[in-house]
Amino acid sequence: MATERPRGGLADARALAGTDQALHGLDQLELEPAQSAGDPGRAARRAWAATWPKLLAIALVLAIWELVTLSGWKHYVLKGPSPVLSNLWGQLVHGQLWGIIGTTLQTAVVGYAVALVIGSVVGLLVARIPPLRAAVGSIITGLMTMPSVVWVPFAIVIFGESFQAILFVVILGAAPSIANGLITGVDYTPPLLLRAGKTMGLRGFALYRYLILPASLPAFVAGMKQGWAFAWRSLMAGEIVVQIIGQFSIGQALSVDQQNLDFTSVASIMIVILVIGIVVDTLFTKADLAIRRRRGLLDAAAA
Amino acid sequence: MSIGNRQAAPPGMAPGAAAVGGTGSGPPGPAERQTAVRLTGVSKRYGTGPRSVLALDQVSLTVGRGEFVCLIGASGCGKSTLLSLVAGLDWATAGDVTVGGRVAMMFQEPGLLPWLTAAGNVELALRARKVPREDRRRRTDELLKIVRLDGFGAKRPHELSGGMRQRVALARALAQDADVLLMDEPFGALDAMTRDLLHDELDRICTAQTLTVLFVTHNVREAVRLGDRVIVLSSRPGQVIDEYLVPDDGPRGINTPENAALAAAITERLREEMGRHGN
Repeated sequence: MATERPRGGLADARALAGTDQALHGLDQLELEPAQSAGDPGRAARRAWAATWPKLLAIALVLAIWELVTLSGWKHYVLKGPSPVLSNLWGQLVHGQLWGIIGTTLQTAVVGYAVALVIGSVVGLLVARIPPLRAAVGSIITGLMTMPSVVWVPFAIVIFGESFQAILFVVILGAAPSIANGLITGVDYTPPLLLRAGKTMGLRGFALYRYLILPASLPAFVAGMKQGWAFAWRSLMAGEIVVQIIGQFSIGQALSVDQQNLDFTSVASIMIVILVIGIVVDTLFTKADLAIRRRRGLLDAAAA
Repeated sequence: MSIGNRQAAPPGMAPGAAAVGGTGSGPPGPAERQTAVRLTGVSKRYGTGPRSVLALDQVSLTVGRGEFVCLIGASGCGKSTLLSLVAGLDWATAGDVTVGGRVAMMFQEPGLLPWLTAAGNVELALRARKVPREDRRRRTDELLKIVRLDGFGAKRPHELSGGMRQRVALARALAQDADVLLMDEPFGALDAMTRDLLHDELDRICTAQTLTVLFVTHNVREAVRLGDRVIVLSSRPGQVIDEYLVPDDGPRGINTPENAALAAAITERLREEMGRHGN
């Protein structure tokens, strides 16, 4: 029978064993040699290489700031880095700054969480249902281009000067980016993977659960990162305008200091806003890098 | 009789009849064997109207259970279309496609999910078949052992070489416990040394598991090395123009004089067909 290959015989068995050995050898040759890990000096050098350009940039900004102050431009309001930094230090040590940061971050977390749920659900529905995409797809992109400040009067009219108004602005800022990230991810699922999944017998929900959604993760995280940036901007816009009694937030502090023409306080709070934005963005970047490293999407040199 | 196995069956004629006479003590024709795949007068047209393209024209062929059939042809012969039809990923415009049992497919690219480990990829195929959790781990280990990748289960696809990835894809295809394995130039992107070794491996696995394989390739030597039967397709539109039985007596491999002569004959036939398009 044609199905039974003429195998057997000692010579043949020996040839087969040789093939296996050759295959194993080739496997070992083709794998990357193990990296010499666990060198603490190397890790320290890498950390330093990543840190010094940032320190240099900060020093440069402070120097320019100092120079502008020394030039006497707007000398009646403008103060140099050292009074601002000492003001910031003072507020951190015995001011109410931590309470303000806490209030704002709480709003940010709640708003972002709701945006994450809404964005994911809407994104998934739009990606799956073609008529819905035709109807809503361009609206989502349109919402993303809208400056978040313009939602503030709208929110105040509907909700009054309240926590809900700020939340509304934050959600509208973040949700479209998150939805868009998910839609992009689903759209760009490699066709080869889809074919592989379908021949494997994955259909419907299982296809989404095990193939399409994991494949969309990098684009989804990119959308989440952008969504965070929009949420943070919307939150600041909302807090500066919407005054809630008894809820002192970063934006409100900024607006009070502005009315007092207190340059050092305004500047120190702006530093806080910048730092929080950078820290959260760094977390998203780290998550993005981790995902791409797992999938082999990073250059070995860059990793 | 180096080219004695050549079978001048016209397209559409039930293949195998001439082959029995041709090889004398050779294998029984597919007609005497259970049929795993049967295509009867299958045509596939893409698009409609004057700009439509006829990819396959009245293709008829059968693959017996346990048979290894290679499809060979120049570009545009509709080989991949044919596999898609058998896999049920696409529909024939005319004719009948019958497949006896489940189908698994392998592509030129491994198509592994990059976020899963090698073992995870194999296991997903088992999960898609609703294999209970406690059996999945054990079966995955077995399958990785079959493709000689025991010990590499925890590696992610990007950490493996091209040949190893393709073997994970083979293990994943085997995990589907299919009756028919469709292979679309699975070794086309690999270097010659790796490919030779994988030919031996595939040969071993098919023998051990009695798999029915429909294997598409551009490579005549590969077709003769692996196939029980080689079917030659014409290009634009794809039609069956020739069939060759690979001599079955003696060690397999391209280096026997019979197989070398057969490869030369098939190459000649393909050149003839390509030349037809040059005029």
